[in-house]
Amino acid sequence: MGAGHTHALYLDRGGRVHRLAPEVKIVAVLLFTIVVVVTPPAEFPAFAGYLVLLAGVAAVARVPALWLLKRATIELPFVLLAVALPVFGHGERIDWLGLSLSVEGLHGAWNILAKGTLGVLASLLLAATTTMRDLILGLDRLRVPAVFTQIATFMLRYIDVLADDARRMRIARLSRGYDPRFLWQVKAFAVGVGSLFLRSYERGERVYLAMVSRGYTGRLPHAESRKPATREWALAATLPLISLGIAVLA
Amino acid sequence: MIGVTTPALQVTGLRYAYPDGRPALRGVDLTLAPGERVALLGPNGAGKTTLVLHLNGILHGGGGRVEVSGLPVTPGDRAAIAEIRRRVGIVFQDPDDQLFMPTVAEDVAFGPANLGVRGAELTARVDEALAAVGMTEHRDQVPHHLSFGQRRRVAVATVLAMRPEILVLDEPSSNLDPASRRELAEILESLPVTLLMVTHDLPYALELCPRSVILDGGRIAADGDTAALLSDRELMRGHRLELPFGFNPAAAGA
Repeated sequence: MGAGHTHALYLDRGGRVHRLAPEVKIVAVLLFTIVVVVTPPAEFPAFAGYLVLLAGVAAVARVPALWLLKRATIELPFVLLAVALPVFGHGERIDWLGLSLSVEGLHGAWNILAKGTLGVLASLLLAATTTMRDLILGLDRLRVPAVFTQIATFMLRYIDVLADDARRMRIARLSRGYDPRFLWQVKAFAVGVGSLFLRSYERGERVYLAMVSRGYTGRLPHAESRKPATREWALAATLPLISLGIAVLA
Repeated sequence: MIGVTTPALQVTGLRYAYPDGRPALRGVDLTLAPGERVALLGPNGAGKTTLVLHLNGILHGGGGRVEVSGLPVTPGDRAAIAEIRRRVGIVFQDPDDQLFMPTVAEDVAFGPANLGVRGAELTARVDEALAAVGMTEHRDQVPHHLSFGQRRRVAVATVLAMRPEILVLDEPSSNLDPASRRELAEILESLPVTLLMVTHDLPYALELCPRSVILDGGRIAADGDTAALLSDRELMRGHRLELPFGFNPAAAGA
């Protein structure tokens, strides 16, 4: 299922981790993240352990480290805040390379950086090994309210249609000599966004009519689901369990 | 029509006004015999789509009566309306409106699943419908990655999977290249259902439908043999219908 669904974060490697049922992976990543977040920031060995653990999962899933790191750059805007903390923090200060840094701020920065990075890496691993479609199916089987999974399903289906609409509208604008170089020229773009919204809204109505014509009564039929085997749960549970072990030992 | 068989579709005195009060249908009478293929012709704004949306009870409340194989369309009765929507399969003009699930197979399964079909029976229905439109090998593809002609065929399959008695098509040949247009015609001809086809493509109507109905100003303006209607110049001009340049219905029909 989901063949042909490619998104920027998915890496089709067909490994062991790829074959796990999506809900199993979602739960494992969620629990792992919780363990990471509740670990006191001063337990440095624990964080090293988590990193090794993730590296192990990446190796089993055959996701290259460089591939992961490139995509982990999404974290950068958040890390900026962490960099500012030691400089502007309060309390006891130490001197380092001529900079006066706050100890409390350093701890805070480390806390954000370490936990953020681990969380992002875990999520990236989940995304790299699970298609969007399977993620939604997994959430659905985890009893996430149908409203959310339905919205996500529609988004998954129509995001490309929408992007195509936007692209065609842009080409049509450019064909008529539009060349937005200055801020006051963005009006046409803004109007384009507005008309894109209207088109989507009208499409929404037409889609709904077509659905009602095929007997839609407010619930999407459940896809044929396969219950994940206990073995899969056990395999996926190793991630949060080992991380919990690390947290307790450290 | 007075006959022993129940008509596949019987519309009597159907009226409807848009919410702003403008009349869209002013008393439409139309009867389709089982297995008949009929083209619904008419200029833009004639009320064709409005009529189509009455056939499965999406629009209602203006007066008149619609019966599908003897079962009246009663908008308040949920069970009856579900059965009506199974019997009347509407294929909308833009396949992107009709195909909304992430994969082709899931989309074809949507209709029958709403009817309560599950498991192996559901898979069989999907296979059967996709085979009927020659799209079996694309079952796990994303609709967006198909060509327009393929999407139109899948849209037909999504409705066929509900095993309808009447297939209603809104502009089936629009935006298709000539080869896709011909392929779709071959598929439609092979289907053992009653067919009502809304179209501006008059040669297509002549090719597929022995009988045509002209709707104009919310009324049925003409009803008869397609070739005869298309050859009637006065009638055609009176209802803003035009044949493509150089097309001669008498010669094409022969």
